[in-house]
Amino acid sequence: MLVLASQDSGYHPPSIAEFFPPALLFEGTPFQIDRIMLIRVLMTVLLVGFFLIALRRPKIVPRGVQNLAEMGLDFVRVSIAEEILGKVNGKRFLPLLTTIFFMVWALNLSGVIPFLNMPSTAKIGVPLVLALLTYVVFNYAGIKAQGFGPYMKSNLFPPGIPKPLYLLVTPIEFVSTFLVRPFTLTVRLLANMIAGHMTLVLFFGAAWFLLFQAGSLLLAPVGVLSFGAGFIFTLFELLVQVLQAYVFTMLTAVYIDGALHAEH
Amino acid sequence: MLNRRGANLKGNDRMNLAEVMGNVASIGYGLAAIGPGIGVGIVSGKTVEAMARQPELSGQLRTTMILGIAFTEALGLLGLVAGIMFGGL
Repeated sequence: MLVLASQDSGYHPPSIAEFFPPALLFEGTPFQIDRIMLIRVLMTVLLVGFFLIALRRPKIVPRGVQNLAEMGLDFVRVSIAEEILGKVNGKRFLPLLTTIFFMVWALNLSGVIPFLNMPSTAKIGVPLVLALLTYVVFNYAGIKAQGFGPYMKSNLFPPGIPKPLYLLVTPIEFVSTFLVRPFTLTVRLLANMIAGHMTLVLFFGAAWFLLFQAGSLLLAPVGVLSFGAGFIFTLFELLVQVLQAYVFTMLTAVYIDGALHAEH
Repeated sequence: MLNRRGANLKGNDRMNLAEVMGNVASIGYGLAAIGPGIGVGIVSGKTVEAMARQPELSGQLRTTMILGIAFTEALGLLGLVAGIMFGGL
């Protein structure tokens, strides 16, 4: 990607076209396969493979890779599911939360892997599907726990407010709960990954251009500097990727928790 | 685009002394980043304060802080998306 971006002379800053690579298979159909789609498949296979290998023959005293996998699973269970949903409900929704956490993380991770260089959550497909999944689950959980009427009532008519204010509060609550929630879930993950990828392309692309194409000894040190900045931002991206997976999972848990209990 | 002094020149021979090129969307994103920036600062600053007062609640406070940051940060990211959508970057 980087090499492509600056192959001809002159520096090209990264653009949104990065995220729409040419199709490889089934062009023009809804099942069009491009580079990013292949990366998604690859990362999914890697994720599944990792857990298969790590937990193939689980021992009571874990060693090596099993330790690593259990640390991850434990993190989701203790510091997301049980902390926010409590023991009983946490256990109920644990499979969903674990899936979301590791899926988002694995798909984000391809953004810093050399030669893949593209977070596969940086196109709207994956974030949107996960956000809709969350949307369906928290509404379903709420309706099942409280019943449709009371669930709507506790969401749209929060108690403890003077009656006339409902004219103002109810539309706001409706928009923020049923429209903005899935939208911001999608956009938060998507835009974070787009921005992160663009930053990396900017720095590494500039380093490539300044070092190998500008042909000036004066500019070469700036290229080295740009490469260093790219490296630092790669580390920052690693942090952001875990954080986004954490935030997405935690928000899912918070939404479910809010739907399970009526407001008093 | 136009310079004020151009009006003083004789006839039609106006000259451009300075020109601004680019997209207004970039300025829009800069503006959109101000609010969330301040917001995230306040959220984390207040959390540090609270943690200093009650270190035993640190874990809970950190979780709430990350939630607050996630909500605040969404506004800045909306600015980014709006820039891409309407500005064509």
